[in-house]
Amino acid sequence: MLAIVGTVPDKDFPITHGELSLDGDLLKISSSYIHVNRGTSALMAAAAVTADMLGTQAPYGFLVGDIGHGKGSRDLYSYLTEHIHEFELDTLTFHYLQPIAHWHDRVLGAVMGLRSKPVLIADAGFMYAAKMSGSARSYDLFTPDLGELAFLADESSPHPFYTRGFILHDENKAPDLIKRAYNHGNAANNLLVKGRHDYVVHKGKIAATVSTPSVEALEAIGGTGDTITGIVSALISAGYEIPEAAGTAAYANRLAGEYADPSPATSVFEIISCIPRALDEILGKDGSVTKGVIHHA
Amino acid sequence: MSVASFFRSRRSKKDIPRDVDSGILIFDTTSEVISAEKVLKENGWQIRVMGPPPEVQTGCDLVIEFPHMEELDILRTLREAGVSPKEVVPVSSPLLRPVDLFNIKDFGGHLMVRAANMKITVDKKSLAIVNISGGGCPDVPYLASEMTGKNLFQAPSPNDIGHTLCAYALQLAYEEIMKRCSQ
Repeated sequence: MLAIVGTVPDKDFPITHGELSLDGDLLKISSSYIHVNRGTSALMAAAAVTADMLGTQAPYGFLVGDIGHGKGSRDLYSYLTEHIHEFELDTLTFHYLQPIAHWHDRVLGAVMGLRSKPVLIADAGFMYAAKMSGSARSYDLFTPDLGELAFLADESSPHPFYTRGFILHDENKAPDLIKRAYNHGNAANNLLVKGRHDYVVHKGKIAATVSTPSVEALEAIGGTGDTITGIVSALISAGYEIPEAAGTAAYANRLAGEYADPSPATSVFEIISCIPRALDEILGKDGSVTKGVIHHA
Repeated sequence: MSVASFFRSRRSKKDIPRDVDSGILIFDTTSEVISAEKVLKENGWQIRVMGPPPEVQTGCDLVIEFPHMEELDILRTLREAGVSPKEVVPVSSPLLRPVDLFNIKDFGGHLMVRAANMKITVDKKSLAIVNISGGGCPDVPYLASEMTGKNLFQAPSPNDIGHTLCAYALQLAYEEIMKRCSQ
């Protein structure tokens, strides 16, 4: 089972876990309904529609309210440390959580102690904490955007806010930044770098790039990076190899963006609604990737 | 003083001289740092918001660098304002400088400004904030829900309602886009 861990912007939302599904334009978890906009709700919604399209088990969610004080994140870290062994997981995705290095280490310790280690994916705040605590190599996939790639490449930066100017991103430098992140041990075994060109990286080598369709407005829309992470998580849980899942997710997200015909003011939910059509376009009847602008280096 | 003007002026002669011993004020949360920064600057202290040295980093931190010889007066000012630090330590290694580069993108009808990992986009005609994206701290979705749809000059500022480094970065982008939309 795929499980996704993150937060919602409501300080009174208690720790809630359960199967995830879409009900109209709301995300359902346990008996709660959540508006789908940017952040973890977008990631969860994208994973739910992908699993539904693939006909696989619905993803499971662990959510808590946190508006930046960090209390909700700490409570959820503590809950996971104590209870994660009670769940059968094949894939585990961490997302918007307050990056707190010592809590990251406790949760990772609990996960590494499981009888069967799930595929570990980190994005957003939890990826920051994973890099800062020096544990990047314990992860199977990070999904940074270009700015976050520069942060991974800067060995002295504990947060993207401190990435040094000479490293800060320039799209043309992405391959150099990838190399630097691996040289300093700050990258996961696989990377899906989200940008004008999406890079799929396997053990330090660029395995594929996805550059079309190019929908410029997507960069301004909150949540479009989260949806890629949701799609790739569901594909990996469905049995796709990580590099193949990453390339497919990058392409599907672009296609869904194109189908939504967005402006910079478009809501991410409009793009999520187009994900099934995009996946249907890419995957053959037997679930194999039959289309895609994925160039293997 | 605004955050952006702080960055603009930080290389001025009024800055903390390099040969003066510095200390750092450590707080429990980034929102306390933002409050303390406001109090100290309103009282005329020459301080800088910086990244903490490795030995005190926890993950999402800012510290305030100040001239060590002014410690007692600064602590008194903060105590009276109700924002005392949890710890005061001397600077023993180079502090991290926050990002101060902006990336501007003009979509025609919309303008986007990025600072560090945070982006804000406005409708150039109505000045409505149409999207906020980027970041990884949990107040980003909260900031987006509170600010999106509102007029740029009437929306709450990230410094007033945010609590993390991502909020601090968004504040920089917010001030930059306000400056550009005022021209």
